[in-house]
Amino acid sequence: MMMHQSPFVQVSDLGRDFDLSAPLLSRLLEGVPKRSLTAASGVSFSIERGETFALVGESGSGKSTIGKMLVGLLEPTSGGVTIDGKDLFGTLDKASRMALRRRIQMIFQNPYASLNPRWRVGDIIAEPITAFGLAEGKGVQARVSQLLEQVGLNAKDAKKYPHEFSGGQRQRIAIARALASEPEFIVCDEPTSALDVSVQSQVLNLMRDLQRELGLAYLFISHDLSVVRYMADKIGVLYLGELVEVADRDTLFAKPRHPYTQMLIDAAPRIDAFGRTAERAKGEIPDPIDRPSGCSYHPRCPVVEDICRRTAPEAQLFADGRALVSCHRAQE
Amino acid sequence: MNRDVLLEVVNLCVEIPTRDAVLRPVDTVSFELRRGEILGVVGESGAGKSMCGSAIMGLIDPPGQIASGKILLSGERIDNLPESAWRRIRGKRIGMVFQDPLTSLNPLMRVGDQLVETIRTHLPLSASEARRRAVESLEEVGIPAAASRIDDYPHQFSGGMRQRVVIALALAAEPELIIADEPTTALDVSVQAQIMALLKDLCHRRRTAVMLITHDMGVIAEATDRVAVLYAGRVVEIGKTEDVLADPAHPYTRGLMASTPAADGSDGRLNQIPGAMPNLVSIPSGCAFNPRCDQVEARCQNERPELRSWKERSLACWRYSESEEVS
Amino acid sequence: MTDHSERIEINSVPAEVSEKSKAGWRNSDLWFSFKRSPVIVLAALVFFILVASAVFAPVLAPYTPFDPASLNLMNGFTAPLASNEFTGDYFLLGTDDQGRDMLSTILYGLRVSLFVGITAVLFAMLLGVTLGLISGYLGGWVDNVIMRVADVQMTFPSIMVAMLLYGIGKGIIPPDLRDEMAIWVLIVSIGLSEWVQFARTVRGATMVEKEKEYVQAGHLIGLSRVSIMVRHILPNVMGPVLVIATISLALAIIAEATLSFLGVGAPKTEPSLGTLINVGRQFILSGEWWILLFPSLTLLALALSVNLFGDWLRDVLNPKLR
Repeated sequence: MMMHQSPFVQVSDLGRDFDLSAPLLSRLLEGVPKRSLTAASGVSFSIERGETFALVGESGSGKSTIGKMLVGLLEPTSGGVTIDGKDLFGTLDKASRMALRRRIQMIFQNPYASLNPRWRVGDIIAEPITAFGLAEGKGVQARVSQLLEQVGLNAKDAKKYPHEFSGGQRQRIAIARALASEPEFIVCDEPTSALDVSVQSQVLNLMRDLQRELGLAYLFISHDLSVVRYMADKIGVLYLGELVEVADRDTLFAKPRHPYTQMLIDAAPRIDAFGRTAERAKGEIPDPIDRPSGCSYHPRCPVVEDICRRTAPEAQLFADGRALVSCHRAQE
Repeated sequence: MNRDVLLEVVNLCVEIPTRDAVLRPVDTVSFELRRGEILGVVGESGAGKSMCGSAIMGLIDPPGQIASGKILLSGERIDNLPESAWRRIRGKRIGMVFQDPLTSLNPLMRVGDQLVETIRTHLPLSASEARRRAVESLEEVGIPAAASRIDDYPHQFSGGMRQRVVIALALAAEPELIIADEPTTALDVSVQAQIMALLKDLCHRRRTAVMLITHDMGVIAEATDRVAVLYAGRVVEIGKTEDVLADPAHPYTRGLMASTPAADGSDGRLNQIPGAMPNLVSIPSGCAFNPRCDQVEARCQNERPELRSWKERSLACWRYSESEEVS
Repeated sequence: MTDHSERIEINSVPAEVSEKSKAGWRNSDLWFSFKRSPVIVLAALVFFILVASAVFAPVLAPYTPFDPASLNLMNGFTAPLASNEFTGDYFLLGTDDQGRDMLSTILYGLRVSLFVGITAVLFAMLLGVTLGLISGYLGGWVDNVIMRVADVQMTFPSIMVAMLLYGIGKGIIPPDLRDEMAIWVLIVSIGLSEWVQFARTVRGATMVEKEKEYVQAGHLIGLSRVSIMVRHILPNVMGPVLVIATISLALAIIAEATLSFLGVGAPKTEPSLGTLINVGRQFILSGEWWILLFPSLTLLALALSVNLFGDWLRDVLNPKLR
């Protein structure tokens, strides 16, 4: 099948800086320079309809920042995002903006803060429906019941308050809310990190089923490689705000080419590896304000060379175009 | 009395009286810990594993209390000691590593001062000797430039480094036992690996026993010699880690292992255990796991199974009481 | 780092007791705690009796003290629990110099005191909560301006602020309306001296809530700022407002009494307890002690009961002490 269309979600050279300078007066009085934090820079990737793209990274990787930019909660300081060809940050009239908003949703990490504790569950799920005018009167209630059942809860749960549910159930409610606007693209920011393993599997299965049923595209943000392996079609590995490796799932796990990816995979605790000690993990993530020169990973890299300290690496294609790696030392 | 056994917990029950009912976050828990071994206590949230750790250290907040059972350290009872006696045990005989290094370390004291204080409280050393010991222990846990960093405050260290300091602090008075409650959960994966390696290495070298409380099966697999699986405040399975993880016997353990996304990335649906761990107010009668069990029998709903030995493990399940084979 | 450490904190919640295991406020922790504290039960009882007396004053008062036609100077200075030697009228708590029945004046005075106090607090709450919400949510220069205004106002003692506003109010209003408007000027001035506490607390709570994910979810569906502030954030920041309102009421009652005592509050034609105390002050050395004592005791009972109740409410609702 020939793919003429551009990808559904296209992220181009996305970047975001935060200004952390002290207020003007303090700066003048103390003679302190401006400080800025680069949370993300030069991030580019694409997601097709019905596909799951995972962003993997540890703290300071910028994955949450990127997630927020992809739903329009945060404006980039460089680069852009297009959804189905439409520029997310372009000037749009109110109607077009709402129409675009409807198609993108987000599921948050914290099941205890993502639902308003003073609202009933039914009202929480109904809010997007009424905001986008997707149903009226009794139709809203019917749709809410339908959504609750779709995520494995009971229609009667609509009358209850969030605190009456467990963490896993709250995430289901959050998923129902995300589905209420009939979106085509959902950003999932560590949706199961706060849940127990046995509940996590329920939620992940649900998310996969829904994806197949509704043709949803996911951006799945996580630090947990084993979950990512289960959910993702393509994976992007982030370090200090930059994509160091992008590859489809099987290629990434079969032959990770960036030293950081190799370290991450090695360090992830495995339930079938008894008494094993991870070999490659060294050092810690540096302060993002004080970035290392050249390649940001060089202070921790086991195969570092002089060029790594001086020049930032460019992205190169490997494995017949299935992997994109930014490393001077990467080999085929 | 097996001289190799350092810690013995016998039928421990912790109760919390509330307005409506008396809750039992720890219900008749028994296990033992041998010298120099690392025992993993694994369970999901609400299983009571942290409460076990608190009970052993005498840190249960009132109105909670140890209602019955015994805790023996090298044969002596420690569950009924007054607070003054605990001062000689905490730090000197039992060291503690908690999840959040920011609350374990005093933010207003230099790291070196905290170490020296702990060392001198429990060991008869002079100030300069204690300081030298402190620098050595910082080096031992892998803090670069320990001699200069010893005068830094906790906030000047990164998360991983802080946890290393906490480990140094826990080991400072050379305790026989370390209780580590989720020591790496708040850390990045790469740092987690380093800290676990450090803990394993130090404890093996000094023959310090470790009770490692965690929810992460992967950490259990890589770091522990034996493992106890907790559910709703009860022990459901104890045995050698290799055996339990490779061939889980209890239906809950099996469900837990199957729910964990596989390391080999096999496709197909993740196994899921229906329902969720019961709230402390509404624990089912009989076996606490019975509503979610795929092998439930009538007996399971009425009688609570005791911990019995099976092969080389202990198991609390009616399916294993009669014969050696799994029915 | 926070996304990892939050995990265990969050996961410990389901194991705790579900406080809503039984429905209804009768089974709530609040009622339970209330029943167990006899002092608070007493304070609440006293307060409700006083409020009821004030509300039903026209029915309860044996005389109408502010109708000049009904007054008989011969009734003046009657001692309590006695009939007047000249007219034979019975006065439970005695009369003042003009022959007004003390019990009736106190009941009406209580009415004025409570009305001014409660209305002033409501006004302060409305103003403070609104400004606090706006300040906390919008941040930036709006927040700066509002908070600086609040800071400046806080440097002046509230009585001084109230007196200043009262003086200005009196200057603007034509003399024949002064007595009628006095109450309203009083309410506005006391209210304006109390809004800052509400604003600061609500601002702090708003700043915390606006970072939470349910607010972000609201942004995602294009809700307006006002919609988010009023429908989402407001219900979640109102908790501490109740406690502040109770304590504020006690302060407002005292403030009003002080101002009236100083002669710049409720006028003699519509006196509050403070005005009555001011009147009674003149007679303390001449032996008519009841003209001062009874209004003072009433004010004491009112202020104390509100204060005790407010303190208890604050302790009981403080999540950190649980």
